[in-house]
Amino acid sequence: MPQTTETISLEVLRYRPEESAEPEWQTYEIPLRRDWMVLDGLNHVKDTLDGSLSYRWACRMGVCGSCGMMVNGRPTLTCATYLAALPPGPVRVEPLSGFPVIRDLVVDLRDFLDKLRSVKPWLVRDEEKPLADGEYLQTPEQLAEYKPYSMCINCLLCYSACPIYALEPDFIGPAAIALAQRYNLDSRDQGAAERLDVLSQHQGIWACTFVGECSAVCPKGVDPAGAIQRYKVGATAQWWRSLLLPWGKR
Amino acid sequence: MNPAYQPYHPKWHRKRMPIFWWLGQLPYVKFITRELTSLAVGYAVLLLLAEVWAVARGAAAHARFLGFLAAPPVLAFHIFVCAALVFHSVTWLNLAPKALVLRLGGRRLPDWMVVAGHYFLWLVASLVVVWYLHGGF
Repeated sequence: MPQTTETISLEVLRYRPEESAEPEWQTYEIPLRRDWMVLDGLNHVKDTLDGSLSYRWACRMGVCGSCGMMVNGRPTLTCATYLAALPPGPVRVEPLSGFPVIRDLVVDLRDFLDKLRSVKPWLVRDEEKPLADGEYLQTPEQLAEYKPYSMCINCLLCYSACPIYALEPDFIGPAAIALAQRYNLDSRDQGAAERLDVLSQHQGIWACTFVGECSAVCPKGVDPAGAIQRYKVGATAQWWRSLLLPWGKR
Repeated sequence: MNPAYQPYHPKWHRKRMPIFWWLGQLPYVKFITRELTSLAVGYAVLLLLAEVWAVARGAAAHARFLGFLAAPPVLAFHIFVCAALVFHSVTWLNLAPKALVLRLGGRRLPDWMVVAGHYFLWLVASLVVVWYLHGGF
């Protein structure tokens, strides 16, 4: 492993409820290696400087969505952000904003998980066809319709970038709505009406004021803002249909 | 040590959102500006209704209204309102492809075509208004 003499300051917002009621900044001087991500810097701190630092991570390759944090004030996957891209420092690392902090850089995800469950992010069928009838086939065009939304890794950077979620915690939020849209646009799914009952409420799509930062920070190009606006158009069309054709099928 | 801390009863830290949360980051400043300039849109509608009302009250009332519009402070304010309207319109039209998915022959139109279509309609509407003001109807 090549050695480096360059260093960079890592300022970490630490919350240790047993020591202080308020979070406090702690600075660590770490090597500035060309191939290190911010997460590698945190791992270096944990391994060699301060084992009490708490944070989540798992895959180190932008798939698990565990290591989202605020880096220099912006929601970021720390496994996908080079330290070398952030000099001269200091690099400020905070827990994802908008979420209650459990400890150091670890936030409570339960609110999101409850909301995600409420939009039924799975294939809903009125009736399952028998196994003997084979798979539910799709054309490439049908796959392309929902595939971008299926790339979501639940990293919650979009929630952290969304001021509406921070101001109105009841808002279902970008990722949950994008995932609802992922299933609504799936040709095999028949649960759009059930999801609409949840998403057409005020705390659903209508709470979104289209800031657009959820899409800007998404590491997977999911575009939750686009999903929400498309959902709004669809829900409005649905409302007009139910008004003009009250006897029609929802 | 934190004297209020109780073992096995951890307390989550919740950060309050400051009132000026949007300052300091350009995308949020742009968003708030876009939202605030919607007031200019509302004002422009009220101004148009006021002019219709003045016209309905007769030529003298309309002349007084035009005199009000020509006053330098009002003119300066309306130049500001116009700039706000343009900012609101441009930022709004640029967002159109997020909400609108148009298809031609089964293929989705690219975003720039949706934006260009909106600008084209804006241009046509403006030309119709200009034509009308010059006695076209």
